[in-house]
Amino acid sequence: MTETEIALDEPLTGGSPRLRFEHLSMVFPDGTHAIDDVSFTVSAGEFVTVVGPSGCGKSTLLRIASGLTEHTAGVCDVDRNSLGYVFQDATLLPWRTVQHNVELNAELQGVPKAERKRRAAEAVELVNLVGHEDKYPKQLSGGMKMRCSLARSLVLNPEIFLFDEPFGALDEITRERLNDELINLFNSEKFAALFITHSIAEAVFLSTRVLVMSARPGRIIGDYPVPFGAERPHDLRFEAEFAEICGQINDDLKDAHS
Amino acid sequence: MTTLDDAPQEIAQEAMATPAAVGVNVPVHQPRSSTKHHIRNLIPPLITFGIFIGVWYLYSWSRFDNAAQRRNALPYPHTVITDGFLPLWDEANGIRPILGYMWPTVKVTLIGLTISIVLGVTIAVVMNLSRGMERALFPYAVILQTVPILAITPLLTQLFGDEIGVRLVVVVLIAIFPVITNTLFGLQSTDRLHHDLFTLNHVSRWTRLRKLELPSALPATMAGIRIASGGAVIGAIVADFFFNQGEKGIGYYIRNKQQRAANRPEMFAATITASMFGVVMFLIVGAITARAIRNWHESAAKQT
Repeated sequence: MTETEIALDEPLTGGSPRLRFEHLSMVFPDGTHAIDDVSFTVSAGEFVTVVGPSGCGKSTLLRIASGLTEHTAGVCDVDRNSLGYVFQDATLLPWRTVQHNVELNAELQGVPKAERKRRAAEAVELVNLVGHEDKYPKQLSGGMKMRCSLARSLVLNPEIFLFDEPFGALDEITRERLNDELINLFNSEKFAALFITHSIAEAVFLSTRVLVMSARPGRIIGDYPVPFGAERPHDLRFEAEFAEICGQINDDLKDAHS
Repeated sequence: MTTLDDAPQEIAQEAMATPAAVGVNVPVHQPRSSTKHHIRNLIPPLITFGIFIGVWYLYSWSRFDNAAQRRNALPYPHTVITDGFLPLWDEANGIRPILGYMWPTVKVTLIGLTISIVLGVTIAVVMNLSRGMERALFPYAVILQTVPILAITPLLTQLFGDEIGVRLVVVVLIAIFPVITNTLFGLQSTDRLHHDLFTLNHVSRWTRLRKLELPSALPATMAGIRIASGGAVIGAIVADFFFNQGEKGIGYYIRNKQQRAANRPEMFAATITASMFGVVMFLIVGAITARAIRNWHESAAKQT
């Protein structure tokens, strides 16, 4: 237990802030109050997950962080030149092969051809897609598509990674495998991550910190540091402490709905 | 049309050799014996063709009492072959003059279709720039389609003369509309998340168009070109009926043969040849489409 507690403290004290929300609020032009007074930071080496009921403004939070949507009040401080965004859907271009899809972000940002080829090869290896480079998205399974989408962002070597429910559409087994792989990626690549999900277990398994958001207008109503180390073995999901945290978050979420 | 699309289907099957992709309506064992598969696919259209020829004979036989009358109005199909298509190698009769008159028509069709594609895609791209542009241009694209071209032939002659220029104008007037509407539909159907992805990379409008919108509109554009290709053939033939100068095409030949009843078999032979050209155009565009999108678009795998 002592070991894990030390591991928890390390990223919080060690990393520099990569994303900072301060009293952030968002009211859409049609009057919908999506986000209300949200403040938190995500630092290097931190994996922060936001869970909350559907339509509570979780995704809006990511869209604001990435600059796709403008917030209406408060501060959003982030370096958008070093930002990876993984969408709900793999959003691969169907007319491009895996190789060319992985290169896309780098290509659009003007990285020279030889360099982006090299980086793409690295990324493809990181997400275990070696041997599938010449396939088209149509020929890939849902899990492989998501891996390809991950690789596309990894090519940019981002300092902050935004994940918008990336594994929501996958089956349970594939999702858990990708969770395991994402943990490894997170440990080796040392980015900061802001992750959105519906799944409490996924949130607890991946994160160093879990935030619970209320129904609209979205407010942070729960904040759980996750007391597990950097290494997250697959069986962690079946341990008592894991279940306990999930239970607490679940109670919070019930309040969020009512 | 089953056999006509055989080639694209074959291509799609080779590209996607997995059982799931081989097709909803094709039994699993068929791709292995592709000759047998081809023959089986030929049977339904051949039956249709047989019925058509049968009805032609029957009508021609029952409608006319004597052979001469019949030959000069609706000759039997075999008469069309013997007196229309044959002889094979004669300067003045049979298939050779027909093919000779076909060539200018082919040229006008291909040039006109090319202009329609380039111009149509450009107009669709401009319309896609903003709602205002679309509102400003779309009504006139519709009017272009609905204006009775034959009624304004005097005006067209005034403006464009009566040689190849005016023929091209007629072809473009007919062929451009499906290219515009389909391309515009394709451009506007571009995935919203794909747009977000490009926005996150701070791309220029031009890059977005070139690397996202145009490729994503390609299947729709190709469908539009397919429709346009048939219209282009008809436009090229019909133009010959009304504009008499310059290189004369198959429409001119058909109209000439219409004048004298004795030439009825040649008229039918020329008409059949012209429509065969339309079929070939349709097939070529279909094959190009299948090749262009076979790896990624659903329609390529399901084509029958």
